Amino acid sequence: MLDELDKKIISAMQDEFPLVLEPYREIADKIGISEQELLDRLERYKKSGQIRKMGAVLRHREVGYSANALCAWLVPESRSEEVGRLMASKSEITHCYTRLEQPGWRYNFYTMIHGHNRQECQDFAAKLAQEAGLADYIMLFSTKEWKKTSMKYFREIE
Amino acid sequence: MLTAFDKALLNIIQTNLPLDSRPFAVLAERLGTDEQRVLDRLRVLKENGYIRRIGPFFDSVQLGYVGTLVAVEVTTDCIAEVAAVINAYPGVTHNYEREGRFNLWFTLLSPDLEAQREVLNAVGSLPGVVNILSLPATKKFKVSVQFTLE
Repeated sequence: MLDELDKKIISAMQDEFPLVLEPYREIADKIGISEQELLDRLERYKKSGQIRKMGAVLRHREVGYSANALCAWLVPESRSEEVGRLMASKSEITHCYTRLEQPGWRYNFYTMIHGHNRQECQDFAAKLAQEAGLADYIMLFSTKEWKKTSMKYFREIE
Repeated sequence: MLTAFDKALLNIIQTNLPLDSRPFAVLAERLGTDEQRVLDRLRVLKENGYIRRIGPFFDSVQLGYVGTLVAVEVTTDCIAEVAAVINAYPGVTHNYEREGRFNLWFTLLSPDLEAQREVLNAVGSLPGVVNILSLPATKKFKVSVQFTLE
């Protein structure tokens, strides 16, 4: 269970990470705790899986991956584990989920595919469809980004 | 243009920001350089837009949030207004216009299912919204936004 201090820390960590020699000390000062307590708690969140990674996310367009497609697949339920493992192993795929089926929309399996251009994404999906033995899929290329941001957790407590 | 050093730095820092009092000194040692150079380059890479965010990335489910992917079919004349209303919700982190019948796709994180239902109902009743589908994940196989720069 998260206590109030956990929520305060998680909320504070959503702010810009200070690019200074001792960034954790600066954040800890703002929260009003010691640097060691902050590091200990972050270490604990990492071990428990609440932090899935400590690192950086790049703007994929700026680093050359300018095309992305949400690819929705129809995968028989009995095959979803096997197909999930195969797709998760591909570096071109950044997100892979099964999702609830809804009337009027037959797809149940979703992957985010990144490539240097549209053709590369299409070729990759076609090859993957063949490898996985899946015939029914749809590629939903983005035509406009209306919003892309990181979640600000526990902001309501401030 | 990214230098070979920039690429090496970005490849490491994507998955490994040390939990250490001097994290950039740890990275510098791995890269065979000094702390100040790492910091200077990171500032430049951040300012020039290569890095979107540095820090911890939390697992929303582990923090108790409920998430869903929402597909919306909107008449094209209303899409900007509908997108603006959707964007105003703090739990909406991604909102993309896409090709196809369902032309607006957004991700939504909410503190609980009731809060999620409220947003879905509000968006579903906006002018121009023909259809709305909530597609919550039933199993996660991968979330790893990582690019190897060569």
